[in-house]
Amino acid sequence: MGQLSGPTDPSADARWEDHPPRKGFFTDTSICIGCKACEVACKEWNHNPQDGNLELLKSSYDNTGALGASTWRHVAFVEQGQERVVQARESGRALVSLGMPAIGPPAPAADQDLSEVDTTPPDTPDFRWLMSSDVCKHCTHAGCLDVCPTGALFRTEFGTVVVQDDVCNGCGTCVAGCPFGVIERRSDGTVAVAAQREEPHAQPPAVPNVGIAQKCTLCYDRLIADETPACAKACPTTSIKFGDHDHMVETARARVAELHAQGLTEARLYGANELDGVGGTGSVFLLLDEPEVYGLPPDPRVPTADLPRMYRRAGMAVAGMVAAAALAFLRGRA
Amino acid sequence: MANADCIVIQGSNMAECHPVGYQWVAEAKARGAKVIHVDPRFTRTSAVADKHIPIRAGSDVVLLGALINYVISNDLWFKEYVSAYTNAATLVHADYRDAEDLGGLFSGFNPETGAYDTASWSYAEEAGDAIGEPGAGSEHGSDASARAAGHQFGSGGPALEHARVQRDDTLQDPRTVFQIVKRHYARYTPEMVHDMCGIEVADFEYLARAITENSGRERTTCFAYAVGWTQHSLGAQFIRAAAILQLLLGNLGRPGGGIMALRGHASIQGSTDIPTLFNLLPGYLPMPTAGRHDTLSQYLEAIASKKQKGFWADADAYTVSLLKAWWGEAANAENDWAYDYLPRLTGAHGTYETVMGMLEDEVEGYFLLGQNPAVGSAHGRMQRLGMSHLKWLVVRDLNLIESATWWKDGPEIESGELHTEDIETEVFFLPAATHVEKAGSFTQTQRLLQWRHQAVAPPGDCQSELQFFFELGERIRQKLAGSDDERDRPLLDLTWDYPTDAHGDPNPEAVLAEINGRHLEGPDAGKPLPAYTELRADGTTSAGCWIYTGVYAGGINHAANRKPGREQGPAAPEWGWAWPANRRILYNRASADPDGKPWSERKKYIWWDQEQGRWVGDDVPDFPVDRAPGSQPDPAAGGPEALSGDDPFIMQADGKGWLFAPKGLVDGPLPTHYEAQESPVANALYPQQQSPARLVFPRADNLSAPSAGTSGAEVYPYVFTTYRLTEHHTAGGMSRWLPYLSELQPEMFCEVSPELAAERGLEPYGWATIVSPRSAIEARVLVTERMTPLSVGGRTVHQIGLPYHWGVGNDAVVSGDAANDLLGITLDPNVQIQESKVASCDIRPGRRPRGPALLALVAEYQARAGTTIETGNRAVTDPAAEGIEPKPGGHGGAGGRR
Repeated sequence: MGQLSGPTDPSADARWEDHPPRKGFFTDTSICIGCKACEVACKEWNHNPQDGNLELLKSSYDNTGALGASTWRHVAFVEQGQERVVQARESGRALVSLGMPAIGPPAPAADQDLSEVDTTPPDTPDFRWLMSSDVCKHCTHAGCLDVCPTGALFRTEFGTVVVQDDVCNGCGTCVAGCPFGVIERRSDGTVAVAAQREEPHAQPPAVPNVGIAQKCTLCYDRLIADETPACAKACPTTSIKFGDHDHMVETARARVAELHAQGLTEARLYGANELDGVGGTGSVFLLLDEPEVYGLPPDPRVPTADLPRMYRRAGMAVAGMVAAAALAFLRGRA
Repeated sequence: MANADCIVIQGSNMAECHPVGYQWVAEAKARGAKVIHVDPRFTRTSAVADKHIPIRAGSDVVLLGALINYVISNDLWFKEYVSAYTNAATLVHADYRDAEDLGGLFSGFNPETGAYDTASWSYAEEAGDAIGEPGAGSEHGSDASARAAGHQFGSGGPALEHARVQRDDTLQDPRTVFQIVKRHYARYTPEMVHDMCGIEVADFEYLARAITENSGRERTTCFAYAVGWTQHSLGAQFIRAAAILQLLLGNLGRPGGGIMALRGHASIQGSTDIPTLFNLLPGYLPMPTAGRHDTLSQYLEAIASKKQKGFWADADAYTVSLLKAWWGEAANAENDWAYDYLPRLTGAHGTYETVMGMLEDEVEGYFLLGQNPAVGSAHGRMQRLGMSHLKWLVVRDLNLIESATWWKDGPEIESGELHTEDIETEVFFLPAATHVEKAGSFTQTQRLLQWRHQAVAPPGDCQSELQFFFELGERIRQKLAGSDDERDRPLLDLTWDYPTDAHGDPNPEAVLAEINGRHLEGPDAGKPLPAYTELRADGTTSAGCWIYTGVYAGGINHAANRKPGREQGPAAPEWGWAWPANRRILYNRASADPDGKPWSERKKYIWWDQEQGRWVGDDVPDFPVDRAPGSQPDPAAGGPEALSGDDPFIMQADGKGWLFAPKGLVDGPLPTHYEAQESPVANALYPQQQSPARLVFPRADNLSAPSAGTSGAEVYPYVFTTYRLTEHHTAGGMSRWLPYLSELQPEMFCEVSPELAAERGLEPYGWATIVSPRSAIEARVLVTERMTPLSVGGRTVHQIGLPYHWGVGNDAVVSGDAANDLLGITLDPNVQIQESKVASCDIRPGRRPRGPALLALVAEYQARAGTTIETGNRAVTDPAAEGIEPKPGGHGGAGGRR
């Protein structure tokens, strides 16, 4: 096991030699049109079964709910009134003035007198509808991988985290290990989809990998063939960008600066801070509100990040106990 | 669109319904363009636009007219462009009377036929006469409606006898088009927009500023629309209004300009180019009409005059080449190129007339291909009941759609109106190949043909359309072989000889080559034609669709060209092939000023190169390539030869963009606001409530809700509009059978504002029943601030959104009530499209009744509203106008009388 927290190159940490640059997504939610092509392209490529119960979820246009064993891309829909827009704009601006590393180099907007920015309608809408395509974060320090007892989860040469179906024994430790709630075991209460037109709907094929932990592989099979992951390939507006992780983070920072310059100070990055609790994520997001609004944890922390401290404390406790025992023994002798 | 500085999306939910095309809007926005969405609902398009402006469904002409008025009265029109390139200076005939003078009617209306005699809308001739249509005189509006004559202008303008028009270049004469337009829209003010559309004055000004600041020499604005504009009783006029605005702003024929007609499927453009419509031949040649086009010479004289300007004057070459493509050797000079083999129209044979014909037992059989009318067409109940009168029905589809199963599990079985054992219709279901299981071309919004290669063979008995029709033709011809009946000649003489593959599927490239056309004689005999300008009327060429000639030039399938855009110039001519002549922007001569210089460096596209003596630039010039900017040939020369150096609109009979349409439209030469067939709002602009020339069908099964100001209007107080979601495809045949798409939008719902939910006691995500004079359906309730109650004419108008993807049946993964069951049938007279984007209804909490109780509920509403077959079906709603006496127009709010 390599480094447990903080900035690092995860592939090198995992002992890959001569590995390609770390790959990742930059999901720019400011240009997402909520078409869900990413969800469908992902399911098609990965042969994931349908997992809804075919009823409205009571959540705007979102009827798949959350990431899970069979939904590896999920588009959230959030309807907001003006009050919330103003709050988001203020909180985003505060991030910049605090110089939070997540935002990157100080944006031009930070120094600019915002009173000169045209914020008359439409730039302060009285209503907005946020859409955001969520995906596995492929953390620099991945909780799921670090806790996996069987070695089913592994770090690829691209710096991504992938489950090996044939190794996983379905113990579920990883489910608790993920600070984002991404990985899940696949239940068998779902319906699989005919892969061939000849297969009648009446006799659906068995759901694959029931009981096995499943999540986004960042299309490992496509990366090996030098292909773009299915979701990014299908995205019509380039809201989902795919490429070298460093380049993605750079692009994301430039985009935030651009939006701030337009007075859209609600824009902020998620996962681009390599000093955060997971060492930064491989999938970087540009959000237009607090992460909680999209169902994302505000301060994700991989359990293993606390291992050194825990061991230190445990060590101290052990040392203390030894010392106490020794003292008691010595005193007894005295 | 990517080159636009401002994009107005109105009558379209582009991001949801055209997500792939929306990448160009996203690109324009990334370059700094302003994107404005005008729509009754806040949609996913609104979410990524700079601004959403809510509008009352069906009031778009008021908004567009007010923008025209804003542009003219604030002197913001593009003077050089308008003066040189439009018909602004042309004089209209002295007999013309505007809607301003006749209470909302134009001169020439006949209340008996409910149609216009359009003669008085003509251009003036120097001697004081009118410039009429060529051929057998002016066609009456009702005849033109019956053949939906508006469709034929898909590739060029209406015919004129000649182009020797009278002009007043000072634009001061009150009979100039410019003055007529100015006066017509003078009462379309921001306040009127507020009163009729429910749009705040500040929002109107924002929109007006955005489009005018982003138009002119340096900048261009683009409009995009879809069926939110077309599916109205005056749908064609919505688009005409945008065309007038774009001409005044100088935004046609230029990069980043134009009006994008977003088509609803991959090849809807293709299915009008090579038509699936009853009234058209390929390339927008009209289908001949009995009594009017009896001989070839009568037909050719009527569709274009040799004395008019431009390339449409060569329609004889296009027609004869088509006849040669279809009937080969059997088409010769002696038999007028087999002209008599073409069927003749005897009346309107559109889809809705056909369904009414079924109910009268006048139609025996019906082929449904890629269509699910039981769910997707207006008045679903009439569609299904009509089909129950057929002797046979053939459904070719990917799945057992509701149009193939209504006889066992349709809503009328449940309501007791139909009993399976009594239905005598024999239903055949033939499985179809999908788009990945067959090769062929798609023609999309931009007129771009893109070849699609076959990925896998179709499974089982599934066949391509090509193979199905080829085999059907073969079998019919075998049955007729040896017949000496004259009426069988057209089938027996047809060229029907396509090479097939091992499975019997014809080679689609052979069909494309036939469409492209060939030289039939001379040294090049058999070789593909390079361009439509090579077509001849003497039988030496053939072409199955003249506008597609060139797609197979040199024997190469140019639709399959696939050079990525990043490897070529801005027009990307080597990706696919655009008709005509691989031209990416139509009328692009207008991208240069009258002297042939680009309007600006920023918007440079096509320009005159003095040294070469040619038009050059980024695209194929849409102009005679060596016609110098200052050329002034004699307009009497006719055809392309008569085009002046400043006539960019080369398919128009006078070479100009038409602000005022002297010919071609049957419901008015200028877009004029009328309310929809059903509206809770009175027309504040004219005493005339609805479009007087709309096509109505007064039948007991097609009742209309009373309009504002008449008794019973309060029974159906709300406006509903129908639409699509990204997750599904039209009537669901391609999406509701797919679990991946069904789980994304599993249930039929309606969208209502929190205010309406409170007013009617609707629970979020509970059930609601929506009742119209035709039917009642149930839906889950989405209460959302994306729906805005509008303040219109001093009262609140609530709008209800209804996606139309679901249908009642047992075979799909998801099913539900069909929104289209609520609609009645009222048509636009130009193109016979139904009014399906606005109608009246009531909404109440809870599920709808089952069985006969459903019919009782609908009847109870009808009785309470007092609606009869006369309701809403009078052509002229203002009795004072019946005599068509000129009187001052413009007193508001008096409309809607029966």
